[in-house]
Amino acid sequence: MKHFLTLLSHELRMLLVSPSTYIASTAFLFFMGFIFTGILENYTKAPQDVSPAHVFFQLFWLPVFFMVPLLTMKCLAEERRLGTIETLLTTPVTTTEVVLGKYTAAYALYISLWGATGGFFYILKRFSSDPRLIDSGPLIGGYVFIAVSGLLFVAIGVFASSLSRNQAVAGILCFVMLAGLIVGVRWLGEASFLNRDMLAPAKAAVDYAQIFAHYEDFTRGVIDARHVLFYFSGTALALIFSILSVEAKQIHA
Amino acid sequence: MSAPLSPAIEVEHLVKTYAGMTAVADLSFTVARGEIIGFLGPNGAGKSTTMRILTGYLPANSGTVRICGHSVATEPDAVKRLIGYMPENNPLPEDMRVSEYLYFRGRLKEIPRRKLSPRIDEVLELCDLKRVRHKIIGQLSKGYRQRVGIAEAILAEPPVIIMDEPTIGLDPHQILIVRDLIAGLRGRMTVIISSHILPEIEMTCDRVLIINRGRVVAQGSPADLRREVLGRTTYQLITAGPLAALPALLVAIEPSLKITAQSEPDATGFVTVTLSSERTEELGEALLQALIAHAFRIRALSRAQPTLEDVFLAATRRSWDAKLTPEKAPTAAN
Repeated sequence: MKHFLTLLSHELRMLLVSPSTYIASTAFLFFMGFIFTGILENYTKAPQDVSPAHVFFQLFWLPVFFMVPLLTMKCLAEERRLGTIETLLTTPVTTTEVVLGKYTAAYALYISLWGATGGFFYILKRFSSDPRLIDSGPLIGGYVFIAVSGLLFVAIGVFASSLSRNQAVAGILCFVMLAGLIVGVRWLGEASFLNRDMLAPAKAAVDYAQIFAHYEDFTRGVIDARHVLFYFSGTALALIFSILSVEAKQIHA
Repeated sequence: MSAPLSPAIEVEHLVKTYAGMTAVADLSFTVARGEIIGFLGPNGAGKSTTMRILTGYLPANSGTVRICGHSVATEPDAVKRLIGYMPENNPLPEDMRVSEYLYFRGRLKEIPRRKLSPRIDEVLELCDLKRVRHKIIGQLSKGYRQRVGIAEAILAEPPVIIMDEPTIGLDPHQILIVRDLIAGLRGRMTVIISSHILPEIEMTCDRVLIINRGRVVAQGSPADLRREVLGRTTYQLITAGPLAALPALLVAIEPSLKITAQSEPDATGFVTVTLSSERTEELGEALLQALIAHAFRIRALSRAQPTLEDVFLAATRRSWDAKLTPEKAPTAAN
């Protein structure tokens, strides 16, 4: 693991000097600001049951679907397309260090993008006369949820990037996997065919993987070890598969 | 550490197949420390594959590769610290500055931070990159990029340097610089380079290894190869006179001497004749005396120096021919 920090600082530096990072951040903040303004407009029209933070984070899937593929599709696919993976892996670094370095850098960017949305809540607190609009429970719960679920989402993106040397293919693969995980599992949970007794274990598994249900728990302040374990184990699995994928491509080059 | 006298590179019975295609078939060779060896072969001969196996990037199907006594298969970490590798087409990150890139690579190659900056300066100087050290790699010309690749390979001063086509796509002036650079490593590092450019190899390398279809078809110093592979000398003669009597005259001088090509007579009646002999000794004097004695007018006689290109063509052709006739035999033996 002694090259991990070298690789991570290299990746972060590359992110910081790349114009695409700033374009993506601006677009992200613009889009999220647009959503946030929309939410606040609803509050001016009629009183609502839940706090703005709750509604805001409920829409987490929207940026996840677009931002995660864009942030991660480049990381391993580009290395392989340019052939720099060959020079990288012939130095005394291991594949694990390379994958973890890229993953951590992508996750750091993901988290800092979401962190920047904290500004919206600061502005709201500073300029609104109604303190009820800022409810710290859902706000903190929402950010914890974003941080924990982001681990898995970014890991899926890195895995998708390890599968193809084409960035576009990697991006689309990542989008499909995330959509399957977030929306597909939700749809399965509502499907009636799983209600049969014989399929009860499958139903239990699908219920366990309901990301929207996890979100509800997090914003209510319930940080369930089972949920955290779901994201941690999913992350570990996706990263192990990424490492295996990079190594397998090397063997069958 | 292993015994200091173990050769830099030992390859024994290396086999690599891709999806049923044999890229490297039973390749064996040894490279001594400090030697510069050239790897020659037509496209698809298995040069790049062999080099990738040497670096540990690709696993072999069978056979053993040892770098300075360390097995590539069982001690990949030790081997990676012993090599500097520049792959085919020299892939470089587009959006880094030259000095940044070398710093990053130096850290990955475990050069202590304290020694890294002076070493980078040294390498930049050696590769004549000082002027572009703050330029972005993506904006450099091909010659500079190639030198950045070489600088990166020699950065950690590894005992073994593996370069896959370091002079591809360079102009003659840049080739000269790269050649001097490689020659400058002689004695300090073991260098293995592959190339299509034969004069290149001939000038820089101590020893040449010609491979075709994954096998070594000839090896030795360029001079040895000429003797061994071609096994005959060629003379070029421009003459006029009783040409019909020439073959008999040649046999009288040396039984194996014969005409291999003959041009049409030019306006003044002179003919260019190419002669070849299986003897390697000089026959020029005997030839001249005999020709003058038989009333031939001579304008020129020269002994043709076969180039490495002729050797290369002869050696690869020989291996194609060998493959065509006993096609069954080697497979049955395996």
